[in-house]
Amino acid sequence: MAYDKFEVLTSTAYPLPIENVDTDQIIPARFLKATERVDFDKNFFRDWRYNQDGTPKADFPLNKEIYAGSKILVGGRNFGSGSSREHAAWSVYDFGLRCVISSAFADIFKGNCLNVGVLPVQVSPEFADKLFDAIMADPKTEIKVDLPNQKVTLVATGESESFDINAYKKDNMLNGFDDIDYLKNIENEISAFAETRPF
Amino acid sequence: MAKTLFDKVWDSHVVRSVKDGPDVFFIDRHFIHEVTSPVAFLGLESRGNSVVYPERTFATADHNTPTINQHLPVEDPLSANQLDALENNAKKHGISHWGLGDKNNGIVHVVGPENGITLPGATIVCGDSHTSTHGAFGAIAFGIGTSEVEMVLSTQCIMQPKPKKMRINVNGKLGLGVTPKDVALYIISKQTTSGATGYFVEYAGDVFRDMSMEGRMTVCNLSIEMGARGGMIAPDEKTFEYIKGRSLTPKGADWDKAMKYWETLYTEDDAQFDEEFNYDASDIEPMITYGTNPGMGMGVTKSIPTAANVEGGAETYKKSLGYMSFSEGDSMIGKPIDFVFLGSCTNGRIEDFRAFCSIVEGRKKADNVTAWLVPGSHKVVDQINAEGLDKIITDAGFVLREPGCSACLAMNDDKIPAGKLSVSTSNRNFEGRQGPGSRTLLASPLVAAASAVEGVVTDPRTLLTA
Repeated sequence: MAYDKFEVLTSTAYPLPIENVDTDQIIPARFLKATERVDFDKNFFRDWRYNQDGTPKADFPLNKEIYAGSKILVGGRNFGSGSSREHAAWSVYDFGLRCVISSAFADIFKGNCLNVGVLPVQVSPEFADKLFDAIMADPKTEIKVDLPNQKVTLVATGESESFDINAYKKDNMLNGFDDIDYLKNIENEISAFAETRPF
Repeated sequence: MAKTLFDKVWDSHVVRSVKDGPDVFFIDRHFIHEVTSPVAFLGLESRGNSVVYPERTFATADHNTPTINQHLPVEDPLSANQLDALENNAKKHGISHWGLGDKNNGIVHVVGPENGITLPGATIVCGDSHTSTHGAFGAIAFGIGTSEVEMVLSTQCIMQPKPKKMRINVNGKLGLGVTPKDVALYIISKQTTSGATGYFVEYAGDVFRDMSMEGRMTVCNLSIEMGARGGMIAPDEKTFEYIKGRSLTPKGADWDKAMKYWETLYTEDDAQFDEEFNYDASDIEPMITYGTNPGMGMGVTKSIPTAANVEGGAETYKKSLGYMSFSEGDSMIGKPIDFVFLGSCTNGRIEDFRAFCSIVEGRKKADNVTAWLVPGSHKVVDQINAEGLDKIITDAGFVLREPGCSACLAMNDDKIPAGKLSVSTSNRNFEGRQGPGSRTLLASPLVAAASAVEGVVTDPRTLLTA
């Protein structure tokens, strides 16, 4: 499940200032029936993005022309709660996004994002509000996400904040590696460990 | 340094710690189902890897399965395709598989404990967030994504930073009509839907000590709904009694050896937690949710709080009440309902059917209510029949369906229609969770039963005698 390397990303952003956005909204269960990872962008935020007759909801940020092509989503606090479905992270990636910024993420969603090449950037609630305000004031607002320096910047004003990511995961994202590459390299150590397990 | 239960189990599964990174964490037991595993098998094969320990993985079909006419071919071609993929992958890689129609089939988090796969001190993962259920046995159990499913299949490990530790103590005696589901919904309402994010929770105190294994599973199941990675309860005599003699538990000398280890699984007196909370059992009443996340719950007799001082901010709160077609200050008691759902990995066990029957016995289902009663497994069905609960259910005008996830998540044919209001014993009231546009009130089997016979949201205490 390789993904493109992530280094520095400068892009406009979709704003979604709603708290507790759960993965059932990001992709509803009825769209999890595929046996291959294809086209998960189609049903990304399906029920918030489309009316029941399939027409797009004009006021939903992901449908607004002014944000089209953005590679960043700025979401509300506790983004990605609920189901462990990795399909949610796939749909973020397949929609063309490489980074989600929020003041707090749910654990499993955050882990899934890191495993599929989407960078979850956790900022302070104050900085998240600053980002929302800037995007609302000007949809063309650019945000720079610098992974090597672990810094997120509002390009127009230069205001920035540092973010955390553990060194191992950072290295993976910078190189497009994943955990299986690492684990396969220490196979012998794992099988020796397995021998010691009581059951 | 004194260790917590969680430390003991976690630390004994660390193969190595990556500098400034996660632990390489060994997995004893891996559950797979049809939804989150097919892409993992594709990944495994495309890399040319094989399943390293097939005997540590167990496959069951549950999310997509119909709950009537399971002897017939599955009608939805996409569901049938996923079920076939699970069966074929299991066969190809030597993994035991409990497909539709198998006597061991049922919801993954129900059949695991029933068959003795879930053991104290084990590490258990599954591509399903409610894997936290298995913590009821003193295991470290949590949900993972599909990339991690592939990782476990091909290496038996995942890369996981150690979570922080929280202890939640509930002491005292629960009142009449207050069930483990209410205890869990109460805790989540206090913690909010994100209050335990980054933590692994140990539940301690009289209430959990007195609770049945089924009840402990219900509580641990819902740990994820406050953001926790998982929840666990120290194993005790009740735990050992429950697992002894089940088909896959250790036997003979292996059992004795395992018992020696299991008896060491408790939190030492002076062990430290990063966070600790204390609640009083007498403050808990039968609960109900009114909003669109499990943290938006309250005592069933209470009124919906006003936007001030609620978690999630006023805008999110108002969106939630708008979706539910409720208003601030509304009373829930007496609200007409359309559906009742008894089942799911939260409340699909025998104890839940006993509780439901304790209310409906000698009463009749309300005409305005469609009720779906869905056991979590075939073993639960057998117990229902053996105890004569099937007759109580039928006499009261209800029908028992076949095992599966059913109306918990709208992935199979059991969907609550748009706009309809359902009292559900499932785990999530998210927008559209039970079907596009459906509206869910989470509650215990007792509240569900009382509401099913009255046709409106009902306090079960009014129908119970002490």
